Amino acid sequence: MHAEPSSSARTATGLLAYLLVGLSFGIVLVKSEAASWYRIQEMFRFESFHMFGLIGSAVLTGLVTTAMLRRSGVKSRDGQTIRVTDKEKGWRRYVFGGLTFGVGWGLAGVCPGPIFTLLGAGVWPMLVVLLFALLGTWAYGALQTRLPH
Amino acid sequence: MTELLDFLRSPWPWYVGGPLIGLTVPLLLWLGNKPFGISSNLRHACAILLPDRAKPGFFKYNWRAEKWNLMFAAGLVLGGFVAGVLLANPEPARLSAAGVRSIQELGVQVRPGLVPAELADPGNPGVWLLLAVSGLLVGFGTRYGGGCTSGHAITGLATLQGPSLIATVSFFAGGILSANLLLPLFLTVIR
Repeated sequence: MHAEPSSSARTATGLLAYLLVGLSFGIVLVKSEAASWYRIQEMFRFESFHMFGLIGSAVLTGLVTTAMLRRSGVKSRDGQTIRVTDKEKGWRRYVFGGLTFGVGWGLAGVCPGPIFTLLGAGVWPMLVVLLFALLGTWAYGALQTRLPH
Repeated sequence: MTELLDFLRSPWPWYVGGPLIGLTVPLLLWLGNKPFGISSNLRHACAILLPDRAKPGFFKYNWRAEKWNLMFAAGLVLGGFVAGVLLANPEPARLSAAGVRSIQELGVQVRPGLVPAELADPGNPGVWLLLAVSGLLVGFGTRYGGGCTSGHAITGLATLQGPSLIATVSFFAGGILSANLLLPLFLTVIR
């Protein structure tokens, strides 16, 4: 089942909705200080509950509300059944890839969301992080078939 | 008026921010069955930028179907401007006493702002190196591991995905290692 948008206007309003969700998410990242280098350092040294409370309550809220949404039988806005795609099975890629990302995260204190948000906040050096993150993504694409997954 | 502005500029406690972050998962599912994740945008950007002939197979897919995610990323930039420029918190983050001590031991001052000036100093080649290495590892690692904090630690755990638990534990293991060992080493060398 593939619901084609009835008009380009509908596609545009649909895309606008994602822009707005991104906008509010960006505001939350800054206001909750998840985009703060200081808070990330504090988290990785286990010196404050703040980030653990933030991530923990996010997961718990997501868990409960997503389960409620799926159980309610409500369809998505375009009339489809709500479905959650299962992550690919295995462990190697998650351990090796996860460790690599984690080391990068601890070094500059930014994960992908804050890279974009900090750019908006005028932290220009994040352009260097973004550029090299693109290079890293490309490197993965080029090496993919030779890496254990 | 100034009171309202002060309120809007103040940071939020974790129990306000956390639930709002968690709500993004059902919201995106309801809007169009979209899996919440941000690092995929780096893949889309490569798919858009790379010329067809030089494209590894990993970037040959219909990125136009993922335009929503690029809009989401554009929204993140706007959100950063609204909260980080227009409504910037004039105070430094209220870290724990232990947090302040550790950060000062790194040779970094706790000032207002999201990133310390010491790590945003364009005149220091060591800072460029730190940012470049970090970006490279983030880009490579998120694609290899199939997601970042939002895709695995939030969405994956909230939808009870075993692989996401493995990924999240690995993120933290890597982060603890680099924040406690590599970063201090790096900062000693670059200053």
